[in-house]
Amino acid sequence: MTMAVARRLGAMMKTTAVRLSALYLVLFSVCAVLLVVYMTSLAASFFVGETRRAVEGEIESLSSVYARGGMRSLVVAIDRRSRAPGAFVYLVADPRGRIIAGNVEDLEPGVLDSRGWVPQPFYYQKYRDGRPGAAAPRAIGHVTRFDNGLRVLVGRDLAEPQLLRLIVRRSVALALGLMALGGLLIWFFVGRRALRRIDAVSAASDDIVAGDLGRRLPVSAANDEFDRLSVSLNTMLARIETLNNGLREVSDSIAHDLKTPLTRLRNRAEDALRKDPGQAGYRDALEDMIAEADHLISLFNAMLLISRVEAGYTRFTPQPVDLAAVAAELAELYEPLVEDAGGRLENAVAGPLVVEGNRELIGQAVTNLIDNAIKYGLAAPGGVVRLEGRRDEVARRVELAVCDTGPGIAEADRARALRRFERLDESRSRAGSGLGLSLVDAIQRQHGGTLRLEDNDPGLCAVLSFPAPASPD
Amino acid sequence: MKVLIIEDDRQAAAYLKKALGEAGHSADTAHDGEQGYLLAARGGYDALIVDRMLPRRDGLSVVSQLRGEGHTTPALILSALGEVDDRVTGLRAGGDDYLTKPYAFSELLARLEVLQRRSANGEAETGYRVGDLELDRLTRRVTRAGQDIALQPREFRLLEYLMRNAGRVVTRTMLLEHVWDYHFDPQTNVIDVHVSRLRGKIEKGFDKPLLHTVRGAGYVMRE
Repeated sequence: MTMAVARRLGAMMKTTAVRLSALYLVLFSVCAVLLVVYMTSLAASFFVGETRRAVEGEIESLSSVYARGGMRSLVVAIDRRSRAPGAFVYLVADPRGRIIAGNVEDLEPGVLDSRGWVPQPFYYQKYRDGRPGAAAPRAIGHVTRFDNGLRVLVGRDLAEPQLLRLIVRRSVALALGLMALGGLLIWFFVGRRALRRIDAVSAASDDIVAGDLGRRLPVSAANDEFDRLSVSLNTMLARIETLNNGLREVSDSIAHDLKTPLTRLRNRAEDALRKDPGQAGYRDALEDMIAEADHLISLFNAMLLISRVEAGYTRFTPQPVDLAAVAAELAELYEPLVEDAGGRLENAVAGPLVVEGNRELIGQAVTNLIDNAIKYGLAAPGGVVRLEGRRDEVARRVELAVCDTGPGIAEADRARALRRFERLDESRSRAGSGLGLSLVDAIQRQHGGTLRLEDNDPGLCAVLSFPAPASPD
Repeated sequence: MKVLIIEDDRQAAAYLKKALGEAGHSADTAHDGEQGYLLAARGGYDALIVDRMLPRRDGLSVVSQLRGEGHTTPALILSALGEVDDRVTGLRAGGDDYLTKPYAFSELLARLEVLQRRSANGEAETGYRVGDLELDRLTRRVTRAGQDIALQPREFRLLEYLMRNAGRVVTRTMLLEHVWDYHFDPQTNVIDVHVSRLRGKIEKGFDKPLLHTVRGAGYVMRE
């Protein structure tokens, strides 16, 4: 039990909050002590000064008594004043040091030998009705020597400044004690609280490390720094989970869809080995296999680009890209291909249609859409692939559409068409990775835009929608 | 052509060296950035093949230091990174061309030979001639055996690029890069259609073919 408490206290000592409060406590105490010492020494010297002035006043008054009535009156006056309440310290001694009058019974030796102010406060014993005083208080005093050898000491007790010092010392000790106690209490509660929060975070982290990726760090309603930290960490964990899921999805897709071309590759090699087709036949087989490998490589590249874009890794410096210029260039590039496929390519994009982005990526997206339009939209001869540009000032969107006049995609199937490796014709007889549209979708998301499939009646419009760049004014 | 291969993957470097040897070029290999830099700085190479990620020193800093010291040996940068801006970064560091792994050797060889030629005659020529086909860059006139051939601007640029690199294989990707200024891999036969149209214009009515298809690689202009 005590071991556990000691361990817990030890752990608490290691928390930042406790270390900081300990440091503050020490610094504060040192400052308080210095301040108090300074103030009491000031007050004490003020008191001593006051006492000296009072003694000087008394000496002056006794001098005038001496001037009027001589030594006798002086002794009588001293004798009388000695008995008054709150009296000064008086002592009249003969040349041999014997006490003649006053209220002092005994005195530190050597005090009467000084002239004027006694250099140091001295101890003395007060005379009180024949009974020696309990304490031996200290006093300051002034010694006057007369011509006849008599010495008169007038002094004042230092009990008051000493009492002040005592009171201050006691209260300082008390205050420091209370402060230390308060500090200990604060340590205990703050440290324990901090430790408990951190323990909760550690426990949750351990669970997450152990594989419970859905677990999140506890967030209280206090919205303090721990909560803010937990919220940030939770956001990070959610992001990691998304990435992890994306990764799992990619590896599932790879397992699922790369097996087919790999099997084809392997079959081709096996086939050639089995048939022993001779020099030219082997060459054909090898060239087929290289083509198959190239297809696999481009499949990999597309997949990597998609997952990179989806994970937000693909960073590019956005630059103004004129969609109309991209459309014109790609229309020029694809026109012969469309014509060879028995269709017609129309470019109806009027420029400029400027968006912020990367020309290469946008070009690749448009290319993929045109490829798709040729592949699926030019089924019947006389088909048209049409590029259209739109600017929606209200919604602040800039859009580029690639439309065909083919069979289109039923509305129910459009969401499925955007999925990775999805090919709607199921036959998989046509060349293609099934990644085209998801690559376009990923590129659009990277630009803060969207890919939308619309009805062209008949046919399909694939619309690349970009946010309009902020106007320069 | 004497090539320096700076590539830390020893197997890949050995394969490249062997393949370049079979194509009639000699090659040295360096397996880290520091060694590569020292060899390249000594000079005597017609081209460098530099992998981006190398031990001890990365490929881009090797190239940019060589450029800073005045070496102009053309450098082809290889990279397994496929980021959109990487090409730009690579070319800005002083690379002359950029190829993403995995690549086809035919692509690398074609690019290397074009690079080497570009550095060999740095001065731009005013015209090209392959057999009886002539292209004048100043008047933008194309004639074959004295007969004018009318070309679209893009066809002219395509022919210009092919003729400038006459005798060397140019790949479809290189054509897309230099004629259309797009840097992705054309998945369809879009380039072939352009080339075959161009071929129709420059070869129709003449019996000697000038624009040849190289299987598995690309095209070559040759008498």
